[in-house]
Amino acid sequence: MARINTSRSRLRSFTARRPKHGALVIAAVLSMSAFTAETAAAPMQNPKGGHSIADTGFTWPTVEQTVRVLTLRDYNTRIVVMGVTCLGLASGTVGTFLLLRKRSLTADALSHAALPGIGLAFITLVLLGQDGKHLPGLLAGAFVAGCLGVGCILIIRHTTRLKDDAALGIVLSVSFGLGVVLLTIIQQMPVGGQAGLQRFVIGRAASMGARDAWVILICAAAVIVVCAALFKELQLLCFDQGYAGAQGWPVIRLDVILMALVTMVTVIALQSVGLVLAVAMLIIPAAAARFWTDQLMRMTLTAALIGMVSGYLGAVISALQPRMPTGPVIVLVCAAGFGVSMVAGIRRGMVVRVWRHWQLNNRVAMQHLLRAMFEQYESGATPDRVFDEARMIQPRRIKVQFDKLLPKRSWTAAELRGIAATAVRRGLIHRNDDNSLSLTDAGGAQARRVVRNHRLWETYLIHYADIAPSHVDRDADQIEHVLGRDMVDRLERLLSEQLPPRTVPPSPHGA
Amino acid sequence: MNQPTANPPRTAAADADRTVPPARMASRGVTDDQTASATPVAHTAPPTGEEHPRTAPLAIHDMTVAYDRKPVLWDVDLNVPEGQLVAIVGPNGAGKSTLIKAALNLMPMVSGQVLIYGKPYRKQRHLVGYVPQRETVDWDFPVSALDVVAMGRYGRIGWFRPVTRKHRRAALDALERVEMAQYAHRQISQLSGGQQQRVFLARALAQDAKLYFMDEPFASVDAATERAIVRVLHELKDAGRTVIVVHHDLQTVTEYFDYLILLNMRVVTHGSVDDVFTQENLRMTYGGRLTLLSEAAQLFTQQSRSPGVD
Repeated sequence: MARINTSRSRLRSFTARRPKHGALVIAAVLSMSAFTAETAAAPMQNPKGGHSIADTGFTWPTVEQTVRVLTLRDYNTRIVVMGVTCLGLASGTVGTFLLLRKRSLTADALSHAALPGIGLAFITLVLLGQDGKHLPGLLAGAFVAGCLGVGCILIIRHTTRLKDDAALGIVLSVSFGLGVVLLTIIQQMPVGGQAGLQRFVIGRAASMGARDAWVILICAAAVIVVCAALFKELQLLCFDQGYAGAQGWPVIRLDVILMALVTMVTVIALQSVGLVLAVAMLIIPAAAARFWTDQLMRMTLTAALIGMVSGYLGAVISALQPRMPTGPVIVLVCAAGFGVSMVAGIRRGMVVRVWRHWQLNNRVAMQHLLRAMFEQYESGATPDRVFDEARMIQPRRIKVQFDKLLPKRSWTAAELRGIAATAVRRGLIHRNDDNSLSLTDAGGAQARRVVRNHRLWETYLIHYADIAPSHVDRDADQIEHVLGRDMVDRLERLLSEQLPPRTVPPSPHGA
Repeated sequence: MNQPTANPPRTAAADADRTVPPARMASRGVTDDQTASATPVAHTAPPTGEEHPRTAPLAIHDMTVAYDRKPVLWDVDLNVPEGQLVAIVGPNGAGKSTLIKAALNLMPMVSGQVLIYGKPYRKQRHLVGYVPQRETVDWDFPVSALDVVAMGRYGRIGWFRPVTRKHRRAALDALERVEMAQYAHRQISQLSGGQQQRVFLARALAQDAKLYFMDEPFASVDAATERAIVRVLHELKDAGRTVIVVHHDLQTVTEYFDYLILLNMRVVTHGSVDDVFTQENLRMTYGGRLTLLSEAAQLFTQQSRSPGVD
């Protein structure tokens, strides 16, 4: 294909497609429209690319081109991929603490609050006779405005009786509105370069230069160093603020540090993913990581990894498909990672949960079967069967007809057969030829344990319900562990006192 | 008190650590390196030194606390004696937890002064252990029981340093004391309510403090946890520590505690349990609520017999 010479030229042309006028204000109001306007404008300004306006198809990149991009052969691709990967790393790390501090939406308000900061920085730079597109200047403005936005949220939260969500909503929308007004004013200023500001709304990673990538790299490194140094302090802050305060940790200062880190990441994310989507980079990797682990350090590392991989893949995909905007693609890759984690995460993923639930059902069914067999046998107790101290038959050769088991519980014949098949596989019961089931030695021992525990718990609930009904753990094999030995002794005594007359241990010589 | 005594070869980080093995067990003189310079016999006399003995673990003077202009505690004046198990008892909304939180500086006071061993709380934090209510944190947080208990050591570990093996061992010892060592590596959401409460207790024990505040540690726990907490309380008392417990269960007050503070927005009365736990005082604390009064009457008849719970 002719259009595949270097991705560098394509990236260049990508940056060149900036509609000089129009679109900007609309873009600010509704970021999607910016995207539409841009793509619509693109083919007209991209004569080298070989696309016509009707060319809306999706073309697969060639192998050679894919390899070129994946191995970062091109300078421009390398810059963009490196910058975005670092961004993913930093945002995953900070995002973990942000998520656990339950401040996800604060980050959203913060990124929106950055827009007026960018506008004001542009105006200031122009008035000072500088280049309005000076990136560090714009980002500094975004940083200050973001901090102010968070400050406003805190002020509203502490001085009024409004709740957090209201404070967030107010700051988010007002600052975005202010940003749009400022951009409109800038639009009418007699200087050039205004259109470049649009990229902060939805992001345009392809426009990233080496200097921008360095800014991201340094910020990301700083963020990671601070997170590593303050790991234990941030963990305490996120887990138990009250205890941290009582211990003399400066809770407010730690909170400010955390929010400053978040602001920093948001600001460096503005250029590549844009203010609308910046929050996704912070939250999604962390939320995805939670499905994989129950340990904060591992969760942080996993989130950083997911962020990194998403950044890398997103940048690569959008380099291969020039129509694909980098920011949204990164977010979509992140979301794909989240989807996979949600289903397959080894700690809390759906598959694991379904599996655990199924195992639980299975275990309960097995206990029901053993108990039913034991009790069925017991109910037909005759004097030649030996009872032990706690009202239990010694399970020598317990054999029960299948038909007798069926009415014991609300199971269908098919269900019962299924459970029995599992029990046979586990060596707990035998299936006999005369359509009856008998317990093996292992099954007998387990049945005895299950029945004993069940009866002890039942007695406990009847006699000690007032103490702590929530602490009945029917599954606990060692009931003594939960209740204590003396309580179990007392329960056993109660149980044997309640022996119905017919289960009194019979005389070995008969009546 | 089983603090780690045999340390492994010390690393540089461990050496730099400010902790010394707090193995000194002399019941009163329990002190650690941090207190060496700030022992109760400090020279600076507090402003109200006359009314409040300098050695009192907790002295509250004229404390008033309000939520949104509505006072919750009025003019609380209180001295807690050392080495005793102290219960704060009162009806719902009496300000029991507020009293603790204000004493720990977690809540602003309208007026008043709190002295811990004769000095403001700010300077005595290392002497104070705190067991918050279980509901105040998110138990879904990705940490293990041991991680939570290790938080009790953070004050000793100091800024920026990771939790070293020595502190891990101390945390494990604390878990052992509440019979939870076997659950050390469980994620905290997999623990039962009582076990979670014991983890919080272990975290406070890991601090090795002199004065403990516990906010409703007995609230809806199982029998095993209740036993473990009572045992720990007695261990602490035997080691000369002072424990202040917000308590809700009148039935067990006389059995578990030495000293009683009856609170209902003000201190109704305080003193040793034997003197203070009377029907008249309870009536003054709880008002004329009939059910409670009859409950109390029942209690007094019960007390002539043997205590119920083991």
